[in-house]
Amino acid sequence: MKSFTQKVIDKYNRDKTRLMDILISIQSEFGYISQESVSQIAHELHMSEVDVEQTISFYHFFSMKPTGKFSIYLNNSVVANMMGRKEVAETFEEEVGIKFGNITADGLIGLYDTACIGMNDQEPAAIINNHIFTKLTPFRAKEIIRDIKEGKKVQDMFTASFGDGANRDDLVKSVVSNNIRKIGPILDPQYKIGDAIKKIIKLTPEEVITEIKSSNIRGRGGAGFPTGLKWEFCRNASDGIKYLLCNADEGEPGTFKDRVILTELPRLLFEGMVIAGYAIGAVEGILYIRHEYKYLEEYLENILKVAREKNYLGIDIMGKKGFNFDIRIQFGAGAYVCGEESALIESAEGKRGEPRDRPPFPVEKGYLDQPTVVNNVETLCAAVKVMLHGGEWYRSFGTPESTGTKLLSVSGDCRFPGVYEVEWGFSVNSILDMVGAVPRNVQAVQVGGPSGSLIGSNDFDRILGYEDLATGGSLIIFDKTRDLLSDVVLNFTEFFIDESCGSCSTCRILPSILKNKLEKILDARGVKNDIAEMEEWGKILKASRCGLGQTAANPILTSIKNFRHLYEDKIQKTKDFDSGFDLWRAVKEGCEVTGRVPNI
Amino acid sequence: MNQIIKFTIDDVECVATKGQYIIDAARENGIFIASLCNYPGVKPKGSCRVCSVKVNGRLMTACTTPVSQGMAIENHTDELNELRKKIIELFFVEGNHFCPSCEKGGTCELQALAYRFKIMSPRYPYFFPQREVDATNPKLIKDQNRCILCKRCIRAIHDEKGRTIFAYKRRSNRVEISIDPKLGRELTDEVALKAMDVCPVGALLIREKGFDTPIGERKYDKNPIGSDIEHLQIPYSKTKSNE
Repeated sequence: MKSFTQKVIDKYNRDKTRLMDILISIQSEFGYISQESVSQIAHELHMSEVDVEQTISFYHFFSMKPTGKFSIYLNNSVVANMMGRKEVAETFEEEVGIKFGNITADGLIGLYDTACIGMNDQEPAAIINNHIFTKLTPFRAKEIIRDIKEGKKVQDMFTASFGDGANRDDLVKSVVSNNIRKIGPILDPQYKIGDAIKKIIKLTPEEVITEIKSSNIRGRGGAGFPTGLKWEFCRNASDGIKYLLCNADEGEPGTFKDRVILTELPRLLFEGMVIAGYAIGAVEGILYIRHEYKYLEEYLENILKVAREKNYLGIDIMGKKGFNFDIRIQFGAGAYVCGEESALIESAEGKRGEPRDRPPFPVEKGYLDQPTVVNNVETLCAAVKVMLHGGEWYRSFGTPESTGTKLLSVSGDCRFPGVYEVEWGFSVNSILDMVGAVPRNVQAVQVGGPSGSLIGSNDFDRILGYEDLATGGSLIIFDKTRDLLSDVVLNFTEFFIDESCGSCSTCRILPSILKNKLEKILDARGVKNDIAEMEEWGKILKASRCGLGQTAANPILTSIKNFRHLYEDKIQKTKDFDSGFDLWRAVKEGCEVTGRVPNI
Repeated sequence: MNQIIKFTIDDVECVATKGQYIIDAARENGIFIASLCNYPGVKPKGSCRVCSVKVNGRLMTACTTPVSQGMAIENHTDELNELRKKIIELFFVEGNHFCPSCEKGGTCELQALAYRFKIMSPRYPYFFPQREVDATNPKLIKDQNRCILCKRCIRAIHDEKGRTIFAYKRRSNRVEISIDPKLGRELTDEVALKAMDVCPVGALLIREKGFDTPIGERKYDKNPIGSDIEHLQIPYSKTKSNE
């Protein structure tokens, strides 16, 4: 272990900013990061041990205790539960003989919960030693455990067929499916790498930015900042080395469209990064990918290698003197908040993924304190098409305020979950029609993931767009059989509690208070005032530093707004106050043991 | 030469040096903006959110936002004071804060702010969490019950090589502060005292020492927190915000 650790430290030049890579290597090799390794890293990187530990303990997929030779991370997000996760989890527990959160005595198998792994269209799904297993059933769970006990390797545990498209590639070999249901300009398979690069090297970077600006494209991660403007700010930022970061940390439960782009159109994405690099004047690009997509690593690295060989990357790209740009891949290690651009930068620097205070914005002071652009995967792909066909062409799609198309990740109660590329301006109703959901059976749609809104049928005629329902593309459909409060709102609130970086007081503390209130209502002990207090206190989160904190109460606030009757049905009508404490229940166990009846 | 700029806090004209953070600029103009995580001379982090002010209608933390020419800041408004009060109450339910038995009583900034904001009792239910007292360090006792996770100790205390001695551990509502076992062993009396002093609450205490200053004669026993700033003689501002 010592020599391996040393080799990894040396591989990354004892560079503190590559701590994430060092830790990922050690975790993958041994299934945990020992105290001994921590001391060694701290010593070699001139850090204190607690400093190394504060990064380790931040990320879900790092552990200082063994996680098993086979670590099974089973998704516990809303849609996984809807698709039968409970039975699968129970089977795993029975077959392995341990509860989730534990490891077998012989160290062979560990069972863990994990937040949405980007497979919402093929749940229940799990990650076992960086390999993805989808559409799990109790039967399949039994098979997997039997295979493990028989000593099979993970890659030999798959069933006969792999997924569609590039999921069958020799370097992927995954059972994951793309489920591309509707294509548009971005997902158009008629694409040849290099055409856009050939075009832009005849233009000045300023001309590229002008074209992007003329397309009116806005950030596709959800926040919707105008892309051209972002590039321009960075280009015009004072001296310094400039960086381009691509955000492929899609962690919003219900989102998986970036996974499909990474699988099917990685060359398009890399070309987009080259274009952005050219426009802002960066020589290094970093593709930050969530750890859940580690199974694509070899495949993506190989595509980068080929791109270098063909001079789409490297020195004097496509013969353009002085145009140098290369890309490295940075994996995360399990933290939703790293999808926030400044947290992503912190994480790419090898630290805890805690969002930064702004100002300064990344375009002034970003990665390694240098001017940095952080763009979503889809944004960069769209930029390629804008450069190929022009801003005016791009504006012909969508609405005046929301130009172009949007990739939607659709999951939940519908016949055809998957990825759909639609023009902005689509109404929720037409989406429901498109994906094979029967509008009259649909109770609610979660638009934009947990940080977005839970809307009911009154809002189904609203349209997707920055002017109405802004979304990063996650749409989860719930039919009338679902219990929105206990199955959806509670799960999402717990998700926000777990994923808070813990730095802001508001986001660290308040969601737990709201969750307790919600549980009190679900426990039939709520009173009218509890609903009012949740609405009132939820507003405090607006004082949080980042988008995660500011939206952490959205599952509760938007469900109160749109489904107030569900709350009102559960509260006690005759009481104005209830402490939520049940003395009978509290002493029940003691009474049973002693055989006494309390005198309450 | 430093550029002097003009800005307003609650319509009171103020001046500052360009680049100063709002909270520092306000202080020099005799205006107190409540805060828990900010500490003079230490890089701000904006983690307690208590110093939230409004700039152009947007909530910003005064400790991390630099003033700019013509900036109009809202500070002493009912809305913001209510927000701060609600945030301060969060700390009281998150941890276990038993003021009467705490060595920091009277010098504790959390307690002092609670008095200033007239908090009688927090409106949220208490968590009553199980928290550990760590007495493994030879110089300091760390009481996680009282820690408000402001990161002052992390930001203020380093060894001579710039390594951090205090750090966060875990994330979400399971975050706590840890003291480096190796570097912590080398702490000098001076640095240990500094750690206790930068801690706004009683989470870091010098071992085997206490109550040097009797209760009743402590920093905030006679005058509320912020009153020193508000009683400054201000050469250039016309009026003070709360007069």
